[in-house]
Amino acid sequence: MKVLVTGASGFLGRAVAARIAQAGHEVTTLQRRPSGVLGVRDVGGSVTDAAVVARATQGQDAVVHLAAKVSLAGEAAEFARVNVEGTRRLLEAARAAGVQRFVQVSSPSVAHLGRSLVGVGAEPADPEGARGHYARTKAAAELLALSYDSPELAVLAVRPHLVWGPGDPQLVARIVDRARRRRLPLLDQGAALIDSTYVDNAAGAMLAAVERADVAHGRALVVTNGEPRPVAELLGGMCRAAGVPVPSWRVPGALARAVGGAVERVWAVRPGRDEPPMTRFLAEQLSTAHWFDQRETRAALSWQPRVSIEEGMVRLAQHYGEG
Amino acid sequence: MPAELRDTLPGLDGAWSRVVRVPGAAADGGAPDLLRSWHVLDTGPVLERGGHEIAGTVLAVHGNPTWSYLWRSLLTASLVQADAGGPAWRVVAVDQLEMGFSERTGVVRGLAQRVADLGALTAALEIRGPVVTLGHDWGGAISLGWALAHPEQLAGIALLNTAVHRGCGPIPAPLRLAGATGVLPAATRASTAFLETTLALARPPLAAPVREAYRAPYRGAARRRAIGDFVADIPVGENHPSTPALAAIAAGLRRLRVPALLLWGPRDPIFSDRYLDDLLDRMPHARVHRFEGAGHLVAEDVTWAGAVLDWLPVPAAPDATAQPEPEPKPDPDPAFRPLGSALEERAEDPRVAVVDMAAQPPVRVSWRLLARNVERLAAGLLAAGVRPGDRVSLLVPPGPTLTAGVYACLRIGAVVVVADAGLGVAGLSRAVRGAQPDVVIGERRGLTAARALGWPGRRISARTLAAPVAAALGVSASLPALMRDGDRALAEGARLPPHPGPDADAAVLFTSGSTGPAKGVRYTHAQLAAVRDVLAAELGLRPETGLVTGFAPFALLGPALGTRSATPDMDVSAPRTLTARAVADAVTASGATTVFLSPAAVLNVARTAGDLTANDRAALRGVTQLLSTGAPVSAQLLGSVAELMPAATAHSPYGMTECLLVTDITLPEIAALADADDAGVCVGRPVHDAQVLISALDGTGAAVGAPTRDPGMLGEILVSAPHLKDSYHRLHLTDLEATRDAPDGGRWHRTGDVGHLDVEGRLWIEGRLAHVITNPEGPLGPVGPEQEIERAAVVRRAAVVGVGPAGVQHAVAVVETHPQARRAGLAPAALADQVRAACGTPLVAVLVVPELPTDIRHNSKIDRAALAAWAQRLLAGERAGAPR
Repeated sequence: MKVLVTGASGFLGRAVAARIAQAGHEVTTLQRRPSGVLGVRDVGGSVTDAAVVARATQGQDAVVHLAAKVSLAGEAAEFARVNVEGTRRLLEAARAAGVQRFVQVSSPSVAHLGRSLVGVGAEPADPEGARGHYARTKAAAELLALSYDSPELAVLAVRPHLVWGPGDPQLVARIVDRARRRRLPLLDQGAALIDSTYVDNAAGAMLAAVERADVAHGRALVVTNGEPRPVAELLGGMCRAAGVPVPSWRVPGALARAVGGAVERVWAVRPGRDEPPMTRFLAEQLSTAHWFDQRETRAALSWQPRVSIEEGMVRLAQHYGEG
Repeated sequence: MPAELRDTLPGLDGAWSRVVRVPGAAADGGAPDLLRSWHVLDTGPVLERGGHEIAGTVLAVHGNPTWSYLWRSLLTASLVQADAGGPAWRVVAVDQLEMGFSERTGVVRGLAQRVADLGALTAALEIRGPVVTLGHDWGGAISLGWALAHPEQLAGIALLNTAVHRGCGPIPAPLRLAGATGVLPAATRASTAFLETTLALARPPLAAPVREAYRAPYRGAARRRAIGDFVADIPVGENHPSTPALAAIAAGLRRLRVPALLLWGPRDPIFSDRYLDDLLDRMPHARVHRFEGAGHLVAEDVTWAGAVLDWLPVPAAPDATAQPEPEPKPDPDPAFRPLGSALEERAEDPRVAVVDMAAQPPVRVSWRLLARNVERLAAGLLAAGVRPGDRVSLLVPPGPTLTAGVYACLRIGAVVVVADAGLGVAGLSRAVRGAQPDVVIGERRGLTAARALGWPGRRISARTLAAPVAAALGVSASLPALMRDGDRALAEGARLPPHPGPDADAAVLFTSGSTGPAKGVRYTHAQLAAVRDVLAAELGLRPETGLVTGFAPFALLGPALGTRSATPDMDVSAPRTLTARAVADAVTASGATTVFLSPAAVLNVARTAGDLTANDRAALRGVTQLLSTGAPVSAQLLGSVAELMPAATAHSPYGMTECLLVTDITLPEIAALADADDAGVCVGRPVHDAQVLISALDGTGAAVGAPTRDPGMLGEILVSAPHLKDSYHRLHLTDLEATRDAPDGGRWHRTGDVGHLDVEGRLWIEGRLAHVITNPEGPLGPVGPEQEIERAAVVRRAAVVGVGPAGVQHAVAVVETHPQARRAGLAPAALADQVRAACGTPLVAVLVVPELPTDIRHNSKIDRAALAAWAQRLLAGERAGAPR
């Protein structure tokens, strides 16, 4: 298959592009910076640019759409322009180019309304109820993508949950950085069970999604390792792997949520591009359980995670050891 | 009912509602054109439209002050059953005249009038085919009046909290208040107090919309008038106009042979258990289920409609011409040996039969004296009016008094009720009320509780009490006095009747309450005799072996086994207080060679072994058999006690109150299995005449598989044996579940335990059915992983529980450590690593607690349900505190 992967310069996108290429598919990538993935053809540009998108989708059999604005802060309009309008542009171009498969990479946060999610499947995306600009625009984008599902274009939304692994500049690096500066609190006991996904497993699931889109299309699937862990244990494991102090100070979850809400409002009027230290979204993510029923995902994708959390932590430690 | 209400009341379909014009009956009959307007809920038209063939009709009659809305769940469930292809029972739920949305006639309607009214309604509805009546509260009496008047149509009677007899004691307080002159109009007409009081009896409280629905027909004093009239119609004296009608119904009940079902909420201030007892006295064949915790509005408190639908008589197939022959009752086993036989055979034996080490100084009773006391007490009880079948609750600690009391009751066919003080006062109180004893025999402490908590039954003190004390406790007799009476009667030539037959009820033993509210377990004489025989056969108990135990009911079986028994000095309500020295003392005093301990006692005997003297140790060296049963104990723990008794073979049999001995295994056998791959605790092979089968679990943990002996398959354990219980006491639905999908032949019991059989036919216990963890890889019993985790050096005890919805649960370990953790919460990383390393099952979290919650009785059954709820809260990010 000829597969276009957008957002392949990101942590997950790079792994996905590499994995699909390794499986013998012909991969083109679309992102503003070089992807750095061996054996793929890079097209430079933004998904918001119609001409670039038209060129990139030409002749493709499948599209895996990862490109998105991911941040805890920023203008709502900017999130919407990239995450919703960019997706619409890509879908239109794909349909025009005769692409048959479209994998929309989404996020479980599209259905996280601030309450615990315990053993549920992929709940409906909720652009109003989701928390924060990122989750809301991703929710809208997922609904938009699934509305394009048709006999000609098989659309499948995949929501990998909390992807981590060696070389992750987002989650792991930030946690490690904050822990090193002893600025990483645990909310409550840090006991909330959360699912996460080791990066290789997430990439494997994306490959399975491309290959199984013809039969599995028309729905959203959450992808995780299927090994939820208390948030303190997961963060502690990452810190130990990186050789930094494990967080030990605790903040009540309710307080963090309140502070997070206040910080969000301050950041909204504050000039500057840095990330807020705590947002309501982050506080909710860290203090409520969210783990998922993986039965439908595994059956629909004929896929199993290959790397356990334990093995992932070993690999993370090796990475930091080498670094 | 008003059009605007038709589709607004929760649970009620407006399509059921109809108004029927009925010619007046009885007092109304004088005017030929008089038509009464009835509101009824009727599924007939719906069933007809659906093309269903109607199997029969349930005629449901509400009480005061409710209306047909009470029965809505039965209407819904019956239609679901019909649509699913099951029998289509039409339900006609009436609003009685003056009540609900039926006509306010302005005529005060007494009981006889209401029965006649109901007959006129069913005639007008032209109900054909079999009819099952269903009634609640005073609607019960009215429905029974209809039943007695229509024997040709009557196919069954079902009742929820009701009464037909006022001789069961004083009219209950709420009605007394409402019935007092002057209070009545104020309470029931001018205000809605009676209505509100009744609605407030629901447990849990009614949802606001449901409460509103009950109020809907009673808005305005005029519409509530009948509530007062209805209360006034409760006969309070011989001259009351409704007394003859009620008496006729009460008497007529004894003639009814149709199937009967009684569903009862015991927490009812109006219709207490004594009314249930009266109904059962009149209809001994009735199926009865007491919903522990439910009250007067049992129809709102519990899910009950399915119980009625499942019980409804199966309509005869059209081509069934011949009635199936009733199964011939097997002849009584000629080999049946009454429980009192061994005692009678040794009636002249001067040697010691029973030793009570708790008395100061220890009390020794010879066979001769025990036999004599039993005979005298039996005669005394008979003289005092205790009859065969009467239930006698013995609130007496194990020892010679209890033993004499038990065997005297068994001798005359009175049913012994044994509830362990380990249930605690609240649990014991629930048990005693549920058993409705006719007689309570107790020590002062038990009688004080009986008095204070208003337990039913005549009170007899175990010892002679000073007259004022006896009067204060409501005690009518004492055992010494009864023995004197019996002695006199025997001297005057009275003879005891023949021993009760094998099928007569012998005992109600209460479960420990460690796996839910304590349940009464009924044993017949044949079944209790089979318990005796299996113990004798399995343990090789002979007259000279002797038995040391404080563990009910084994403590009571010595005289039946014909062997000497000794109860050690201990607080029987807390077996964990039994010390090694107390065991040694009892062994020394009795010369017994068999010691029977509860698991909690095993723990404490091991803990206190250091206090043993050289003489104690010498005495224990004479013990040849050591048994621990009730809950699994670790081989290590059992071994540490076995070391004190080097000549003894240690056994760890498996059993339960419902079947006291199912399988048996010895410590050497356990040791030989140490490296087996099987998960769980091996409890050995079935004892002789006992059988074990396994019913496989589905993805949600329900035991739905056909019972088999297939090895290696996790499922619910079913047991069968001659010494299996007969049934539960007044728990019809529990009986149904315990015997659900039983194999053909024999009597079977679902234990609620899960485990598997190995290829050698040995049984391995893996936990309770309710504690099975269900995940996509299949069901998981907690005991296997718990044992693995307990191998980690730092772990003292472990519990493995599931979090998440059924089918996608994950396993979580909760551990108790040495040294003890200071607070409950997530385990530190190092501990979590050790626990995970020890456990072959993936664990999503490892939690630590200072002490795992356990039941009081055994102090060994970990309360996994409480731990699971706690873990679920904690791991959802909620403030969870500590478990329990």
